[in-house]
Amino acid sequence: MFRQREGSPFRGLAVVALKEAADHMTSMRVHLVMLLILLTALGSVYAAIGQIKETVGEDAFLFLRLFTTAREPLPSFVAFLGFLLPLVAIALGFDSINGEYNRRTLPRVLSQPIYRDALLTGKFVGGLIIIGMCLLVLWLLMTGLGILLLGLPPSGEEVLRGIAYLFAAFAYAGVWLAVALLFSTLFRTPATSALATLTVWLLMTVFWSMLAPLLAGVLAPIDPLDPMTAVHQVEVQQAIARISPNVLYGEMTLGLLHPETRTFGLLFPSQVSQALMGAPLPVSQSLMLIWPQLSSMIAAFLVLFTIAYVSFQRQEIRP
Amino acid sequence: MSVVIETKGLVKRYRGHVAVNGVDLTIERGEVFGLLGPNGSGKTTTILLLLGLTEPSGGTVSVLGLNPLRDPLSVKQRVAFLPDQVGFYDQLTARENLVYTARLAGIESGMAHRRIDESLARVRLEAVADRRVGTFSRGMRQRLGIAEIILKQPEIAILDEPTSGLDPQSTHELLTLIGDLARGGMTIVLSSHLLDMVQSICNRVALFNRGKIGLCGPVETLMGDVMGGTHTVEVDAAGIDLKEILAGKPHVMRVRQDRQNNWRVDTDADVRPEIARHIIAAGGELRRMSIRQTSLDDVYVRYFEEAANVQAA
Ligand SMILES: Nc1ncnc2c1ncn2[C@@H]1O[C@H](COP(=O)(O)OP(=O)(O)O)[C@@H](O)[C@H]1O
Ligand SMILES: [Mg+2]
Repeated sequence: MFRQREGSPFRGLAVVALKEAADHMTSMRVHLVMLLILLTALGSVYAAIGQIKETVGEDAFLFLRLFTTAREPLPSFVAFLGFLLPLVAIALGFDSINGEYNRRTLPRVLSQPIYRDALLTGKFVGGLIIIGMCLLVLWLLMTGLGILLLGLPPSGEEVLRGIAYLFAAFAYAGVWLAVALLFSTLFRTPATSALATLTVWLLMTVFWSMLAPLLAGVLAPIDPLDPMTAVHQVEVQQAIARISPNVLYGEMTLGLLHPETRTFGLLFPSQVSQALMGAPLPVSQSLMLIWPQLSSMIAAFLVLFTIAYVSFQRQEIRP
Repeated sequence: MSVVIETKGLVKRYRGHVAVNGVDLTIERGEVFGLLGPNGSGKTTTILLLLGLTEPSGGTVSVLGLNPLRDPLSVKQRVAFLPDQVGFYDQLTARENLVYTARLAGIESGMAHRRIDESLARVRLEAVADRRVGTFSRGMRQRLGIAEIILKQPEIAILDEPTSGLDPQSTHELLTLIGDLARGGMTIVLSSHLLDMVQSICNRVALFNRGKIGLCGPVETLMGDVMGGTHTVEVDAAGIDLKEILAGKPHVMRVRQDRQNNWRVDTDADVRPEIARHIIAAGGELRRMSIRQTSLDDVYVRYFEEAANVQAA
C-alpha cells in the first residue's frame, strides 16, 4: 500500500469535490436538513432578540448574546447548532462510499486515471464545502438580523469572535462528517451506516454527559478521608467527557462567545447559555483558552479520516 | 504486431480461496480477444488485475509496457474499462455522466464536449442525452458505457460481460458497436460466458476454468483441437452400427451414439454423401441426416464436460 506510485494522489480531487458538492446541492435530503436548520436558526434568533430586549440593558457584547441567549422553551442558537450540525454532516456523509458501491459506479470511476485517495478526499472536501457554505449563510443571516432588529452593528472584536466561532463550528461538523464517511466505508448498506452514525451521535450528544460521571466514579473512586480524591475524580470526569466532540464544541463556544470565560473548570454544555461574571478577556486570550479543544477536534478528525482512508484502500472494488 | 498485454503466472487469492491460479496471457495490438468461461472461473478477477484495480498475490502484469501497480494512472489513461453491469449516476443525465468521466480523465473541456456529442451520436443516444440515466434501460446503459469508451479514445478497451442481461436485439447492436471500435484499431478484450457472441467477433479466445486458462487460441484452432472437427453430422439410421462402419474412413474424426439409432459424427469436411453411401452399402436404413458447423458452444460444452470428467476421475 505504501509502495512507490507514479502520479499525483490529488489528481481528480477537485473534480470529485465539485461534483459531490453539486450533488448535495440538488439532493432532497440535504434540502430538508438545511430547511430544518434555517427554521430553527430563525426561531432561536428571534427568541433571543426578544429576551435581549427585555432583560439586557448595558452589555459590551450585545451582538454575541444573539448567539448564546436562550429563551424558554427554545435553546440558544449555538446549542441548536451543536445539536443539528452533526445531523447535517451525517446526512452529507453516511452513504458517500457505500453509495458508490451500491450504484456500481465505483469500478467505472476508479478505472479513470485517478487514485482512490482522490475519490475519498474529494467526497470529504465536497461535504466540507456544503457545510462551510451552510455555516457562512447562517452566520451572515444572524448578523443581518442582529443589525436589523437590534439596530446595532457588531464591534470589530465581536466580528472576530464570531468568525472564530464559525471556524470552531466548522471543525466540529468536520469531525462528524469524518465519522459518517468512516462508517460509509466500513458498512456496505447505507441504512446500517446511517444507523451506526446516529447511534454514535446519540451516545455523544445525549448519553455521554451521563456516562462520564459513572465512568469517573469507577476509574477514580473517592476516598472519604482524602479530599484530593474528589478533585481528582472531577478531573477524570472532565477528561472522559471531552472525548465527546459535543463537549469540546460546548467549551469552544463558551470560550469564544462569552469573553468573560477564563477556565472551563467544572462547566458542562448545559450551562453554556448562562453568562459568567467577571471582566472579559481579550480575543487572543480567549483563543488561547480554546486552542486545546480546537486542536483535539482537528486531531480527532485526522484520526477518523486516516482510518477511513486505510479501510477504503484495502477494500475490494467489487460489491 | 506488438504485444500490448502480457501476464505471467498471475495468481489472486481471496482468503485461501484461489480466484486466479497462474494465468499466462499475451494479447497483441488490434486483436479482439475473448475471455470465456462459466461464472466464477476468474474472468472478472483477471480483468481487475490487468487494470491494477486489485493487487495480485503472485505473478506479473504488463499493460502497454507499464506495470499497472506502479504506474496506475498512465495505464488507466490509455485503457478504458466497461465493468460488468456498469452503473451510472441515476440522478444525472447521460451527458452529465460523461462530462464527469471526461473531467476525471483529464480531457480538456472544449474537446470533451465535442467528443461527448460525437460519442453519444455513435451509440445513438443523442436523442436522450439530456434525460436522467435513471430512466434508461439496461441496453441503453450498456451503450452509454460504450460511449464513455469512445469519449476516452483508449488504446485498449476491456469489456466485462458487455452483453449479459441484454435481449437479442440489444446484444446485436452492442456487438456491432464493439466491432466498429475494433475496426477503428482499438485492441478489445472482452469476457463472456456466452459463446456465440464471442465467436462472432473475437479473433482469439482463452477458455477459463477454475482460475486457469484451459485452452487459448484462434476460434477455428480450438474447434479442431477440442472437437476434432469443424462439422457435426447427425444421423438417424436403423439396422447398423455406424461406429463400426465409419471406423477409419477419411475426414471422420469421431463417432458417438446419442440414442438408439442416432449418432453424431465429427468431421473436418462435409462428407454426408460418403456417410450415406457407407450406410446403404452396409444394408442399413438411413432415415435422416443433417449437418452443421461446429460452434464455440460445442467446444465449450465439450471442454467443460471433459474438465468435469477429469475432475471426477
Ligand atoms: N472479493 C472476493 N472475495 C472472495 N472471493 C471472491 C471475491 N471476488 C471474487 N471471488 C471469487 O473468485 C472467483 C472468481 O470470480 P470472478 O473473477 O468474478 O469470476 P467470473 O468473472 O469468471 O465469473 C469466484 O469463485 C468468486 O467467488
Ligand atoms: Mg465476472
